[in-house]
Amino acid sequence: MGEASPSHPLLELTRARVLEFVREREAVFWVFVFPVLLALALGVAFRVRPVEKLRVGVVGDEGGQVTAALRAAADLEVVLLPDGEAEQQRRAGKLDLTVLCQRGEGGEGGVRLRLDPTRPESRTARLAVREALGGSTPTLVPILAEERVTAPGSRYIDFLVPGLVGLNLMGSGMWGIGFSVVVARTRKLLKRLAATPMRRSHYLLSFALSRLAFLVLEVAAVVGFGWVVFGVGVEGPLAVLALVCLVGALCFAGLGLLVAARPRSIEAVSGWLNLVMLPMWLLSGTFFSYERFPAVTHGAIRALPLTALNDALRAVMNRGVGLTATLPQLAVLGLWGIASFVVAVRIFRWQ
Amino acid sequence: MKRFGEVTAVAHLDLEVQRGECFALLGPNGAGKTTTVEILEGLQRQDAGSAELLGHRWGEGHDLELRQRIGVQLQDTQLGERLTVFETVRLFRSFYARGREVNETIALVGLTEKRHARVGKLSGGQKQRLALACALVAQPEILFLDEPTTGLDPQARLQIWGLVERFRSEGGTVLLTTHYMEEAARLADRVAIMDHGRIIALDTPAHLVASLGAEQIVEFEAAGPLPLERLAALPGVRAATRRNGTSTLEVAAIGEALPALLAELQRFGVGIESLRTHQPTLEDVFIRLTGRALRDG
Repeated sequence: MGEASPSHPLLELTRARVLEFVREREAVFWVFVFPVLLALALGVAFRVRPVEKLRVGVVGDEGGQVTAALRAAADLEVVLLPDGEAEQQRRAGKLDLTVLCQRGEGGEGGVRLRLDPTRPESRTARLAVREALGGSTPTLVPILAEERVTAPGSRYIDFLVPGLVGLNLMGSGMWGIGFSVVVARTRKLLKRLAATPMRRSHYLLSFALSRLAFLVLEVAAVVGFGWVVFGVGVEGPLAVLALVCLVGALCFAGLGLLVAARPRSIEAVSGWLNLVMLPMWLLSGTFFSYERFPAVTHGAIRALPLTALNDALRAVMNRGVGLTATLPQLAVLGLWGIASFVVAVRIFRWQ
Repeated sequence: MKRFGEVTAVAHLDLEVQRGECFALLGPNGAGKTTTVEILEGLQRQDAGSAELLGHRWGEGHDLELRQRIGVQLQDTQLGERLTVFETVRLFRSFYARGREVNETIALVGLTEKRHARVGKLSGGQKQRLALACALVAQPEILFLDEPTTGLDPQARLQIWGLVERFRSEGGTVLLTTHYMEEAARLADRVAIMDHGRIIALDTPAHLVASLGAEQIVEFEAAGPLPLERLAALPGVRAATRRNGTSTLEVAAIGEALPALLAELQRFGVGIESLRTHQPTLEDVFIRLTGRALRDG
């Protein structure tokens, strides 16, 4: 006769969702491979200069001794610059490292190195400069100090990677959920499920839960790629990054359900998804900062869920902030997510 | 009664299905069969009138309990193609507090060898048996089948019929819709013939056929027209109809009617192109009642 304890419907629905997703190769490509390719293409396109030569700025080398020593190193390109100009270029990522020469009191001179240790090029340049200046004995020029100046998000790729994480969370949530729901509706699977004692909220929740199953992989793919290939680090706590991604994913799961709540055809839901997402592609600062839009629009732009997610991701990844600083953005995401889930459950078309 | 905009899908329907019975709604496409079962399944709400199932009405606080007790197969539901047979049945099993074991259900519908096959790879008949498994896994008291064998080959149809008969033999109640008169005749204890949203006849298949009062049906195509009144007046003939060039005679005494028909054709100098006779069926009952064939829609 009957089985004693069948597994929980929510678990089964989520498992079914996950299996259906992994078995759809196209979806896997769009969620995992595409954003990485996009990051690669954009990261390469917006690189300031090729990697091979490390550009080092020298400030105040009156005797020319330092410059000569550095020029002797094969992989360094040395430019002489005034202090202000050198700092500007370094901040813009055009210089990997600045060598500031100091004349000591009794002729005992030395140099200070100024670099951004979060940039891999700068770290390489640091090693090359140290070797060029101090590799031989007796030490040619003593290195008096190292100034580590972290200028977060100074490169385009630093700005881009968090944006791509956000964009990917939005895209996979909304397309993934929007399409599966409408396909199930056109195939009358929703109607069939409605004829079972399945709780309808379980069905909708299973979409949110299945999103969580992929969240780690999805974020890790983009963040890991940015880190390995472009040295884009996560300055803030990983736990806060995880929380921001989690809330962001749930928010877009809710929005995806809302968009998919009524349409009867794939064409219709595609249109709606584009209508909802396109403004955020443009406005929410994924590819360029929304600061470029007139200041009067910033309030509205910040109220968009993707803006909130991107801002929070950049704050954690680039500026290294903690939980408290991301609370306003988390609140925006939470409100969007809860509101859209509640409305979706109410207006959902089962047949 | 159920209306869709200007169209009244079902009206003046009055029927009662007994426990343990197999009841068939027979009619062409658009007759209102699906609307009727979906009202009973709680998937649509009637605009007027009432429907009661297992002593309860839908929307009065017993919906979940009712859904626990019924098994449903809808017309052309496509289950998720990327799940396997086993995963699909397991999913449906999880919705029910009580029910049949998953592998046992799969064995019941004869899909054990296909349990790890993706749904998308199944044949039409296998998909339909899987749909049945999703209904049977609930161990329902009532099984609703909406055109369970439409589009299936004869072999697959026989397998489905076997499953329905087995469910019945264990005391289950079946409400079935079909536009195949063979299906209704084979499975149903009672048949309601539906057309344009109304029940136009309701009885056992045997009584419905007997109501024609004909022992044989004669169909023929002739080279020229013959007045229907003359055909109907032939000895042994009870009624005559004609559609699409085919004349149909309901014959009470074939021994008298056939020679008389041939003589009549000769007298009018009309050549005969084909002639068939068969035992009357539910199809003939439908033609008598509506002037159309079931498959004409």
